[in-house]
Parts: sequence; C-alpha cells; structure tokens
Amino acid sequence: MPRRDDLHSIMVIGSGPIVIGQACEFDYSGTQACQVLREEGYRVILVNSNPATIMTDPATADVTYVEPLDVDVVTDIIERERPDALLPTLGGQTALNLTMELVRRGVPERFGVEVIGARPEAIETAENRELFKQAMADIGLAVPESDFAHDVGEAVEIATRIGWPIIIRPSYILGGAGTGIAHDEVTFRQLAAEGLSASPIHEILVERSIAGWKEYELEVMRDRADNCVIVCSIENFDPMGVHTGDSITVAPAQTLSDVEYQAMRDDAFAVLRRVGVETGGSNVQFAVNPDNGERLVIEMNPRVSRSSALASKATGFPIAKIAARLAVGYTLDEITNDITRATPASFEPVIDYVVTKIPRWAFEKLPGSTPTLGTRMQSVGEVMAIGRNFAESLQKAVRSLEQGRDGFAVGAASEFADLSDDELWQRCVVATPDRLYALHEILWRGASVDDVVTRTRVDRWFVHQLAGIVERGRELSSGVDLEALDARDWRRYKQWGFSDTQIAELSGTTRERVRDARRLAGVRTTFKTVDTCAAEFDAATPYHYSTFESETEVRTSPRDRVIILGSGPNRIGQGIEFDYCCVHAAMAVRAMGLESVMVNCNPETVSTDYSTSDRLYFEPLTPDDVAAVIESELASCVDGARIRGVIVSLGGQTPLKLAHTLDPDLVLGTPVASIDAAEDREQWSAICTRLGLRQPPGDVATTLDEARAIAASIGYPVLVRPSYVLGGRAMEIVYDEGSLTRVMNNLTSAHGALAREGGVSKSRPILLDSFLEDAVEVDVDAIRDATGDLYVAGIMEHVEEAGVHSGDSACALPPQTLSREVLTTLHEYTARIAQELGVIGLINVQYALKDDLVYVLEANPRASRTVPFVAKATGVSLAQVAVRVMLGDSLASLRERGLVPAMTPEPSYVSVKEAVLPFSRFPGVDILLGPEMRSTGEVMGIGESFGIAFAKAQLAAGTRLPDEGQVFFSLADRDKVEGLALARELRRLGFTLAATVGTAGYLRANGLTVETLVGKVGLRDLGVDAVSLLSSGAVHLVVNTPSGSGAHVDGATIRAACVAHGVPCITTLKAGFAAVKGIEDTRARGWRVRPLQELHS
Amino acid sequence: MRPLAYLALNDGTVFEGEAAGYLPESGVTSGEFVFNTALSGYQEVITDPSYAGQIITFTYPHVGNYGVTVLDDEAARPWCQGVVIRDLSEVSSNWRAEGDLEAFLRRHHLAAIVGVDTRALTRHLRRAGALPGAFGHASRDDVLDAARAATGTDGRDLVSMVTTTAHYERGSRGPHVVAIDYGIKATMVDQLAQRFRVTVVPASTTLNDLRALEPAGVFLSNGPGDPAALVRETSVVASLVGEVPIFGICLGHQLLAQAMGARTIKLPFGHHGSNHPVKDLATGRVEITAQNHNYAVAPESLARGVVSHVNLNDGVIEGISSLDDRCFSVQYHPEAGPGPHDARYLFTRFVELLGTEMRTH
Repeated sequence: MPRRDDLHSIMVIGSGPIVIGQACEFDYSGTQACQVLREEGYRVILVNSNPATIMTDPATADVTYVEPLDVDVVTDIIERERPDALLPTLGGQTALNLTMELVRRGVPERFGVEVIGARPEAIETAENRELFKQAMADIGLAVPESDFAHDVGEAVEIATRIGWPIIIRPSYILGGAGTGIAHDEVTFRQLAAEGLSASPIHEILVERSIAGWKEYELEVMRDRADNCVIVCSIENFDPMGVHTGDSITVAPAQTLSDVEYQAMRDDAFAVLRRVGVETGGSNVQFAVNPDNGERLVIEMNPRVSRSSALASKATGFPIAKIAARLAVGYTLDEITNDITRATPASFEPVIDYVVTKIPRWAFEKLPGSTPTLGTRMQSVGEVMAIGRNFAESLQKAVRSLEQGRDGFAVGAASEFADLSDDELWQRCVVATPDRLYALHEILWRGASVDDVVTRTRVDRWFVHQLAGIVERGRELSSGVDLEALDARDWRRYKQWGFSDTQIAELSGTTRERVRDARRLAGVRTTFKTVDTCAAEFDAATPYHYSTFESETEVRTSPRDRVIILGSGPNRIGQGIEFDYCCVHAAMAVRAMGLESVMVNCNPETVSTDYSTSDRLYFEPLTPDDVAAVIESELASCVDGARIRGVIVSLGGQTPLKLAHTLDPDLVLGTPVASIDAAEDREQWSAICTRLGLRQPPGDVATTLDEARAIAASIGYPVLVRPSYVLGGRAMEIVYDEGSLTRVMNNLTSAHGALAREGGVSKSRPILLDSFLEDAVEVDVDAIRDATGDLYVAGIMEHVEEAGVHSGDSACALPPQTLSREVLTTLHEYTARIAQELGVIGLINVQYALKDDLVYVLEANPRASRTVPFVAKATGVSLAQVAVRVMLGDSLASLRERGLVPAMTPEPSYVSVKEAVLPFSRFPGVDILLGPEMRSTGEVMGIGESFGIAFAKAQLAAGTRLPDEGQVFFSLADRDKVEGLALARELRRLGFTLAATVGTAGYLRANGLTVETLVGKVGLRDLGVDAVSLLSSGAVHLVVNTPSGSGAHVDGATIRAACVAHGVPCITTLKAGFAAVKGIEDTRARGWRVRPLQELHS
Repeated sequence: MRPLAYLALNDGTVFEGEAAGYLPESGVTSGEFVFNTALSGYQEVITDPSYAGQIITFTYPHVGNYGVTVLDDEAARPWCQGVVIRDLSEVSSNWRAEGDLEAFLRRHHLAAIVGVDTRALTRHLRRAGALPGAFGHASRDDVLDAARAATGTDGRDLVSMVTTTAHYERGSRGPHVVAIDYGIKATMVDQLAQRFRVTVVPASTTLNDLRALEPAGVFLSNGPGDPAALVRETSVVASLVGEVPIFGICLGHQLLAQAMGARTIKLPFGHHGSNHPVKDLATGRVEITAQNHNYAVAPESLARGVVSHVNLNDGVIEGISSLDDRCFSVQYHPEAGPGPHDARYLFTRFVELLGTEMRTH
C-alpha cells in the first residue's frame, strides 16, 4: 500500500515547552516527522510554541506557527490553513490531549481534517484507564487490580477493598504527575486528593501496587497491513515503583528467557491490535513477578514517546521517521532500513552491545523538594551510554551524567563515607538519585549479592554485575602495578568500563600515567558501529561508540572535518537551546562542504540523530572520552584531510569545561583564555575598568569573613553567586547579614550546594555584587568576526526586573521601553567587550539599566540560551553565522551572500519569550522567581503588539490570562505604590478586587473599592481565608509580591494554593503590568495567528 | 582466571579469548563457524540439532543471563561443536532457571571460548562466508593447525548422526502424522502434537515402512548439513509427493524442493537469527521469523509448485507450495523456539491441508 495521494497537506502538532516528562525527544521525533513528510511531497503545517527546537526552524516545515498549543488558537490555524490531515502522535501527550480536545469540539470534522497516525477512539482507549482495563480484559490480559474514583471517599472505599499498598494514578496526565504509592489511609487520602486535582477530568485510578516487580517496556510498530515488529525491549534496573522515566533502564532486556520474551511480544501485539493503533509506534509496559513470572500489562502509549526516542538511539531504527511514513499509507516492507540501505524496515533490530540510560534530576535547584523517586516523574534529563557489555555501558553512563563522578568512588572517597552501614542500607532500599552509588558502596563494604537482592529487589543479574565492578575496583585500588599489566589485563579493566581517570583515582596515580601504561601494553580505544543488525549486513551509517576490542570501524575520509561537542544531559540551565545550537553548527559545517562530527550522550536530542552529522560518536563528554574521539578522527584522515577544529562554545558549560583539556589550536573561535577572562571576577573587573564600563560594585570571597567585609563595604542587598556555574546555580540575593551567613555557610560547606562540583577555592571563589533593585535587565546577543566586525543580533528587554535569573524571566524583542541613546550605548559596549575579549563567534552580554545608567552585569563569549529565540524572532540563524565566522568567514562576506542582514533587525512584530517552571511537580517548593534558574523550558509568543505577544506567551506557558473576574492582591510594603497603579488598571479593565488586610487598607485609602477582604492564613475573623478563597474558584488572577527579605509564610501559602488550584499567580509588578497590556490588547485586537515564514519575509 | 584460548579460522585469522565450559583434553575443538543474531534463546539454539558440526557465535554479548532449564531443550543434548561468547554470565537470574549455562556446557561436554570480539568475528564471517576453523586452550599454533585441517559441512551427511534411533509417538488427537526426524526440534514435535497424533521416525525409515504407518500426512523436519548429500532421503520424499500431504521445515523444505526437482545452494553466511522478515506472497503479510540455515533452494530451479514465501532482506526463497500435490514447506522456523510466533499459523494450515481432498490429475 503506497503513499496516500488523497492527502496534500498535513498538520503536525509539537509538544510545546520542555517540561518534566516531555523533553527534547519530541523535537527529535517531530523534526524527523516533518522532514519525512516533506520528502514525501506533502505540505507540512507545524504548530509548536517552543522556539528552542529544530522543529520550529522555518526550514523544517512549509508553514511554521510558533503559537500557543491551545485549542482556540489551533482551531484558528486549522481554519486558516485547511490541512487535509492532522498527525498528533509525534508531539507527546500535549499533542494527543490537544487533538482529543479538537475532536471533542468537532473541529476536524468541521474543516474536513482527517486525524491520521492514531484514531481518536484508539487514543481514548489507551488513555482512559477504565476503557483500557476493559480492553485488556477483552483479550485476556491481566492488569493490576484496580478501580476508578472521582472523589476521595470513593477512593478510600476501593483501596480498602483491594488492600495496601495502593498506587494512585490520575487519568490523562503526562509523566505520572499526581501519582503516588500509599501504605496507609492517611497518606492515601492526601495523595488521592492531589491526584484528583492533577487529572484534567478529576479521575484517579486506585490500584494494587506491584512495587518490587520487574519492569519491562516493548517498543512496537504496526502498519496498515497489520504487520507488527518490536523495535526494542527495555528492562528497568529499578524495580516497579519508580516511574520508568526516573528509572535506570537497559536495552535489550537482560533477564527474560526467550519463552517469556516471545509471550510478552505476543501480548504487546495483541494490545496494539485491541487498542486499535493502526499505524505507527507505541510502547507497552509490563510488570513481571520475579518469583513466578506472572505478567501484567501496566500501560501503553499510542504514540512515540521518551522510550521510543531512546529505542531509536539504542538500535538505530528511527521510529518517528518510520511512524510518519506509516501514517501516510506505507507498509513496513515498503520502507528501507536507513542504516543498511539494502534491507526493509519490516524487521526487528538486533544489537550486539548494551545500552544504559540514567536519568538526571535537579532536586538541588528546588529547595523544599524531597529527592525520593516514585511513580511521579521528576527527572529533567537523561544520558544514554553504549558499551559492549552492561558494566561498560553503565560506567560510561555514570560519567556521562557530569555530576563529578568519573565512575564509582570507593571507600573514603565515597559520598557515603560518613554513613553507618544501617544508614547506607536505607539509601539502598529507598529509590533516590543516588541509589546506584549507594548500592555500589554497600557491596564495597562487603554486603553479599543475595542480601542486596533481597532488600532492594534489584535483579540479581544487575547486582552481580555491580559486584563485578566493585571487585575490579578493589583490584585496582590494592596496589596494582600498572606497568606490569599486560594487554589482556588492560582490556579486562577497560571492558568493565573503567576510564583512565577512574583507574588513576583508584590506583593513586595520574590519568596520563594510566594512559601511557595502557598504550604501552597495546590497548587503545576502538569504535564500533550501531547498525540495527549485529553486523549481519554492511552498515552505511557512521554511528559509533567506543569500546576496547580488536578492531575499529570508523571509515577513513579524505575530507576536512569539524568536531562539535554537544551539551550532554538536559538539566535546568542547560537544555534544548544548546542542542539547537549544536545541530545548527552541524548544518553550517556541512553546508560549507566539511564533515561534521558530533559527540554527545543525550538520547533525546536531534544532535544525536545519526543523520544530523556525517559521523556521530555517542560518547560521554569527559576529557578521556573526547580525547579518544579526536584520536579516532585524526586516524581516519586520509589524503591530507585534517581536523579543522573543535567547537566548544555552542553546547553550554559542558564543552567549555572540556576546552581546557584540548590542544588550544584545535579550539575554534574565541580562545579559551578569553572565556576564562570573562568568567574570572578579577580579570573581568579589570577589563570593565579598562573599557570604562560601569559595573555594580563587588568583589570575590572564599570565606564568610571575607564575604561579610565585602557586603559591609558595598551595602545590602548583595547578589551572591559561585563562579563557573550555569543557570544561576546556588545564586541568591541577600538583604542582611543573617541571610549572607546562611548562604555562605551553605556554599562553603563540604556537603553544601557545591560539594559535588568541587566546592569553593581561590580559583573558584564566590562572587558578591551590589544588587541593583528595580533595574531593567537587558540581554544582548552578538557575533564578532576575526576582522573585528560585529553583528548585534538581538537586544532583549526583560519583563521581570534584574534579580530574576534571565532564564526564568520573560523578555521581549525588540525592546519595549529603551531609548535610542540606551540602545546605542548597548551596541557600543557590546562591541568594546567583544573586541577586548577577542571574540570570534557568539557573545552574550547582560546589562542592567537603572536611573538611565547602563551597568554591565556579565559577558559570556559563547552561545547563550537566547540564541534560538533571537533566531526565530529575527529570521537569522545566529548559530550558523557564528560557526561560519569561527571557520574563517567574515561578516562582510556573509552579508554579501545574504546570510546576515546589514543592521540589527527591527521586526514589525513583537516576540516574547516566557519561561516554563516545574512547580506543579514539586509540591512544597516556593514558586517565587529569583536569581537561581529553575525553569525547564520556554515558549514564545508573537504578536503585533507587546500585549498580544505577552498574552500568547502566557497562554503557551499554561497560564490563560483572565478576561474578567476577580484579582486577588497581596503586596509587599515596598510594592504598594506601584501596586496601586496596577490595581487601578485592572479595575479599569472591569476586574473586581480582593486583597489581604494590609493591602486592602492601602488600596481603599487610595480610593479603590476592594470587594473581598482576605484574612491572614488561618485567621478567618478578619476576612475570608486565602486558601479557601483560591480553592473556591472565585479568584481568577493573583498578584502576590514577596517582601524584600525573603518569603513570608502567608505569601508562600497563597502561592502554593495557586499552584494547587491552577490560579494564575504573578509575583512581580512588572509582569502584572505586562498582563494588563496583554488583556487589553487581546480584547481590542484578538490573537491573529501568523506563520514564521510570513513574518520573516 | 580462565585459561587463555585462541580461535582460528582456516583462512588464518586468529582471535584471542578464554576457554570456558568443557575443556577438551586435546585443547582444540573444530567445526564450521556461523553466527546467530538472536538476543535471547541461547539454550534452544545450542540444543538445536541443525547446528551439528557447527560452532555457534552469539552476536549478542551477554549469554547465560537467565540460566538454563530442561524445558528449553530442543534436543536431549547439544549437537553443535562449540560456542563463542563475548560475556558468559556467571550467575543466572530467572525463576525458570534450574542451573547456569556454564555448568550445562560442562555437563554436555561442550567447549566454549569467551571474551572474543564476536562482532569482529561476525564481520569477518559476513565477508568471508561461514568458515571452518577451530578454537581451544591449546597453543596458538596447534589451534591454527586444527583450523587449517577443519572442513565445512558441504557434502556431509550429519543427519544420520542426530536422528532418533527409534520411533516414538506424541499427541493423541487428530489425524495421524508421521514426522521424519532429520534432527527434529522438540518445539516442532510439541506444535505437531497439539494438533495431530504424531509418530516420529528415524531419517533412515524406508518408503515401505513409512507407507505401513498409514500417515494422513507426512512432516519433514529440520536438520543439519548439506541437503544435496541426502540422496536417499530425497528420493523417499519424491515418492511421497502426490501421495500424502507433506509439510516441511528447513532441511525438510530443502528435501521437498529437491524432490520436486529443485537444486539447493549454499548461502555465503546463511541466516541465523530471530528477526528475518519473510513475506507471504499470497497474503502480502510480513512475518518476523526465526531462521537457521546455510543452504537454500536455488532460484528458478523449482520444477513443480511455486515460491510462496521470500526473505525480504535478500530475496532468498523461504517457502514453496504445490497445491496439486498438497504439499508445502518453509525454509524458516514457524515453530519458533527460539524466536517469534508469527508463523505458527502454518501448523494450522497443515491441519487444513489434511482436510482437503487430493486433486485428481
């Protein structure tokens, strides 16, 4: 059944901002889908609100709407574009939910749009647990005993019938939000209430808990002719009880006999057929009782997922690409396997290596959160590593995480050195981000494999492997004579996954000595190929991983190449934006006729799609591993080809940290010394002084006493931050000495916020600056070439005042309130700084504007988080221009070729970037914005006025600004004057007002009517209770600004109630005024959706 | 630590590894090296009699993880010569396991070499084709000498070695089917026994003895070695064609094809794995199949009947049928064990075939 010719245009819905549970994997799948559909000749209409994606590049689709993924907005787009079909299965849960909402409203029917990929009934069956349970019963498959509840009373009744422990799963949620396990009624009632409110349809599943069982996932594809294949089997290291997104997972399944595996495979096909997924990829999750093999179906996703991205990277079988082709009518046997280019896609990949995924969490950035893993996904990113065996892949994955572990630390060097055996056992039993390392340590202390298996229920095979790593580590740390090891010994240690650095640590020597001894014994890194077929056929795709074997498979090439170091796992502060930059680097390098070589370890991304670069090395980003890649690239040069250089400035801090270990001549663009100079407080201050630039006064400290002295001289408030961190890690504003003491003690403590990153030292001091209150913050992105020419690509004015991390702040391009003079000054300062630092490539400078004075806050001579936003807002691909400049092109020549405009673009429309924060996942974490970045992703709103763009950005971020109703004010004293003005504006727009006693008094004294008086939390006598008011639904917007010296208990309670009840909460007055503009402009002029291609033309 | 061992092919290629499993006194084991790409099912593969004379390289690195159980034996003992493994598991972890793989290898006097770069070996076999060779803990020179002396399976009758010595019966319902055991797998007998009253007979059973059993249908099993070497067996099948309904698998398929006038050829490195796509030309459906064969029916050589199934990877003939003669056969393993169950419908098709009337010519 070939391609469907009755369709001409297809709408693809993306997944929106990066949030926990839905990350770059949907950029990868969505981008692949768009590319494939265009290759097939369809007109692709894309909707996605996330500017940091490759998917929303104007070149990816024919028509690109960077608009909120909202049912009204998408309806407008459908009306405007009239697509023949809508493909909802490649944009995660967001796209599925949105599509279902469109279907419920009859939109596809009204405009004659066919939903392809998965029929709405199939989505409904898979997503609605009651229907799913019934469907499984129909085909004779067992699911855990369960029932649905729509209120807490009903839930308790069911739980009592089934018996403890009980797991709660809300319906229609992504990444398991609102799920939890309860062992008693008290916890159960609380979790049930949370789960009910997390579910958009106020429904929870109350279910028999099977925590401790083994967990598996199968990635399945099905075509119109009912051909089914399993792409990959995945076995979880963590037993049931930990969300699969938070579990360490291994591919392929390791401990299933063929008999069990084939039965599971049959079940998976039966599930797809019964649910009715006619074409595309799905995953089916199973639990297996380790004692008797009893098998239960846990769930299925009728769409591509995080696991399918992992499965694609793990096997080389591009699920999303194939799914897109299947959706337009092809059958699996009509599609060619990309990798062999000779065999069809209707086969099941086999691999001859082991893949391990480890998630990465961000609990340290969310004070108040508990780092315990459960059925609610909390990780923000993940790494994948490939090894020839499990131990090798596990150890590679550990070092890929970039959490200061070169491998497993042992004994006194272990992070658990201070714990008693009992305490350590506790850390092994309870799943936390550190459990893997605790397991290693308990084995190191002599615990038996049996004991560990019994107490943790981690599978014996995995524990035994871990014990093997422990044993090898013991050998290496008990006086091994490295020079006496022969090739066989070396290979053995390397095949157990030990890096040179790790061996050096264990054996008490240097990495260089280990490397030399190993090479002398004749053991070198070899690279094998991911080929979907375990070498049965020749592979055309150069997708490699390192191991220590007898041959290397990297093919020689006579072409010059450029190596791009990627950004590793997603984390708060370093996410998809940097992957976007690296992908653009690959595009630019290839467009220049050079070979692009990508090194990265993040399975979610477009950069680790083997078709993005000429060669992909799926490797940890550590000095050892990167050095091996460079050696391999040198060895594969023939006919005078050479490595033109290594790009370190586009992947965030990860490659920058590696830059110091590289030959300086290999580093492309801005010299590493300049990057250091910008980061080093003293050098940077000296530069500013030399250039005559104004800086907030400040200094560096390594001790509390030094810090106190500095604060005394510059005056409070003071901004305190460590050096060499990204995303404002551990950054705080302190208003008095007490807070300063608390912050400094934490930063300098051996177990404090920086312990994992090496603590505080002379070379990594703490920076203290005078904090400019109420200043306007401005970001400038620019590119300088080797001739000294500068292109200012974008000037962004922040909505929130300076002090809120730029990554968490909304910003507008073009700037809305800056004068011509200020803009000129910003251009000039940026040029001077770039000149002084000898920048070749990108630079980002942050400024603060106070009382018409421009202060320089910091300069980063590298790609910043805003690069993709500026690219989408101006239509210029900054990253590609930067790469061309790094490789020797001049801006002048690029201008001639039309790749760079003559002047900084001044678009006729306004673009607003807004951050998306993960608070709903972490009850108890205060939502106040501050200098430490906590957002996981961002959205972009585009409009003809700032107000519309802001309102769209809010909507895209999940906050629908109200058009009418009541606004609840609770203001800090210092905000009351401006707050009054805001309240007046809202009144003028027709809103009624509620306010806390103090705020209401002030507003009333100034002539405003306040309809509802709100008492102190818990003190109802003075007015209604804030929490009850919020839960009653009578408030439609909250303006709550914190007092200067930290969060008040009341404020925190109000904000927590807003999160719990989904009431929009604004915590800065500037955002409040922006919201007023948004409400006003939307009212006056409506949304108006427009594609990027129109805006950029 | 295990003893150092070498693996040598008769083209002179040498790999290093360690000796595991049974350590023969000679320190050398010879055979024809093939590779199997299945991710699970090592015990079924090792005990599959079709591997007689061969040394199996597992491309998936970890072997032995879930142990062994008598339930997964495809024959009472392994008939392969030896196994090549990257990482042999020291523990087994599965509720079905009755023991670990290494003890199983020792018990069955089966030699193994572990720690080998199996991917490099596989790539070599892919380019050079299945090669005779040797491995063991003897000296490098001794292993190389043995490798040079080793012969392949061409022209060898390995069937007489692996076939049953006596008749036995399985199943109690349905028509009587006689299964000729050229090296039959236990799962095949199970699948037949679920549908038929089955008499399994030795490969040497004469035509008269077969007829005396009055079969409603004859099943031709899998088996090892070169079908061209099985002249007598082919002529027995040729006499049965048109007389009784026939279903053949693997070697049984090749014998049926030869009986209908076709030639067989040796493939470069064969098909050994659980992931081969096969298209049923009648329905257009694609099955994922378990395969284990080095020989195949030569294209265009079939004198009677039609090609019913092809391998989508390389176009190799995977099934033939002749409605007039009421017989059909497949090159792959619909019984699975190990492998996917996609093609088990063929056993049902055999049931249906027995229910039809022989067409008059």
